[in-house]
Amino acid sequence: MFPLRLTDVRFQPNGRALLAGVNLELGGEGISVILGPNGAGKTVLLSVLAGLRERHGGELSWGGRPQPSERIAFVFQHPMLLRTSVAANTALGLKPLGLSALEVERRVARVLERVGLAHRAGDAARHLSGGERQRLALARAWAVQPRLLLLDEPTASLDPSATEAVEAIVREIRTEGAKILMTSHNLGQAMRLADDVIFMTGGRVREHTATAKFFSRPQSDEAKLFIQGELPWRIAFND
Amino acid sequence: MLATLLEALSLLTHLDAQVVGIVSLSLQVSVGAVIIGTVIGLPLGAWVAVSEFRGRAAVTVALNGMMGLPSVVVGILVYLTLSRSGPLGSLGLLFSPTAMVIAQSILVTPLLAALSRQIVEDAWRDYASELRSFGFSRWQCVTTLLYDCRFSLVVTVLAGLGRAMSEVGAVMIVGGNIAGFTRVMTTAIALETSKGDLALSIALGLVLIAAILALNVMAHGLRQWAMRKYG
Repeated sequence: MFPLRLTDVRFQPNGRALLAGVNLELGGEGISVILGPNGAGKTVLLSVLAGLRERHGGELSWGGRPQPSERIAFVFQHPMLLRTSVAANTALGLKPLGLSALEVERRVARVLERVGLAHRAGDAARHLSGGERQRLALARAWAVQPRLLLLDEPTASLDPSATEAVEAIVREIRTEGAKILMTSHNLGQAMRLADDVIFMTGGRVREHTATAKFFSRPQSDEAKLFIQGELPWRIAFND
Repeated sequence: MLATLLEALSLLTHLDAQVVGIVSLSLQVSVGAVIIGTVIGLPLGAWVAVSEFRGRAAVTVALNGMMGLPSVVVGILVYLTLSRSGPLGSLGLLFSPTAMVIAQSILVTPLLAALSRQIVEDAWRDYASELRSFGFSRWQCVTTLLYDCRFSLVVTVLAGLGRAMSEVGAVMIVGGNIAGFTRVMTTAIALETSKGDLALSIALGLVLIAAILALNVMAHGLRQWAMRKYG
């Protein structure tokens, strides 16, 4: 499934280029964080990789194949929770796998334990706090044992302690062998979590480099401005 | 007027055999029709909600339009189908409770399909990306959404039951309003009123109103409970 290669990947609904020729290569280990201002194409890129949007051009190669050979899981910024228990919501992603009831129960119990929600397994999922909801979404993704985990701003609108808890879970999922690709606006989070940073603006990858190098010696002026916190303002005024 | 009302209440309090028989048959026919309508209408509505196909808009408009299907027209169509010279005449179902269930099912199914399509489509808008990211098949999406919308759908089903119970034209035509066999509340009310037996009409009318009110109270209570329990 890896290396994952994107060559000139485009997504341009109604002629508007949300991905304007993305070139990127990702290895199968570690945490890659996609940084960039609003409208850079970060979430759209994850959606294309998850197969939720059909690209309009370019090539995707999953270890030389056109389709991924292993499981991909996607955790959304605002995860959808059904009107049922925490345990049933966690089991949701396992439905298409055709596992036995015993195996589903075993996996659900295990991941809920790991994310600290085992004591709330029987509670209504919609009564969870924002941080707990995001941990449930991570548990749901973790239960399917993905090879690639896509996270779309998983800690947006969470307080620092909830953010810390989510980051700890993400690290744990990585140690079990999943490649993590996540979007974030949080530079501190990228410094704490990322092995490498992918910097996007205007639907293109401007920079893809090791985290330490990105923050100490950004190559592009846009990345420098973004780190200084000025890029979103420049874009707003130029618009 | 007061004497008639008292006579009607007396019929109810003494559980008059005729009244009990009519109410019982009404419930059997309407519940039977709603069960059929639910089994067909809910999955059909949900399927249309999550599917993209050529002519989807036309199907949606047709389902919505059929919610207001005139019951006498349905009655005539079922009558022609089940009459001795009709395509299903050999089954001998005309003027039987089964014929009444068939007619009411035809009235209730589009109502349930149209309302469930709207409810499920609203949920689908919020859930589509995530369910597709799990790799759900279309059928798995349908069952998951039906389950998640179950409390709103119960209200829909109760609305269907209300329509079936208060319907008169179709059951009159295909049932024939035969005493003790196909006479239901609405047809009995129509007949007894025309005969001048207002006490029985009022008694049955009170039962009908009470049943429909009870359904609404149940629907409201269920939604309130579900909101508290599941959010």
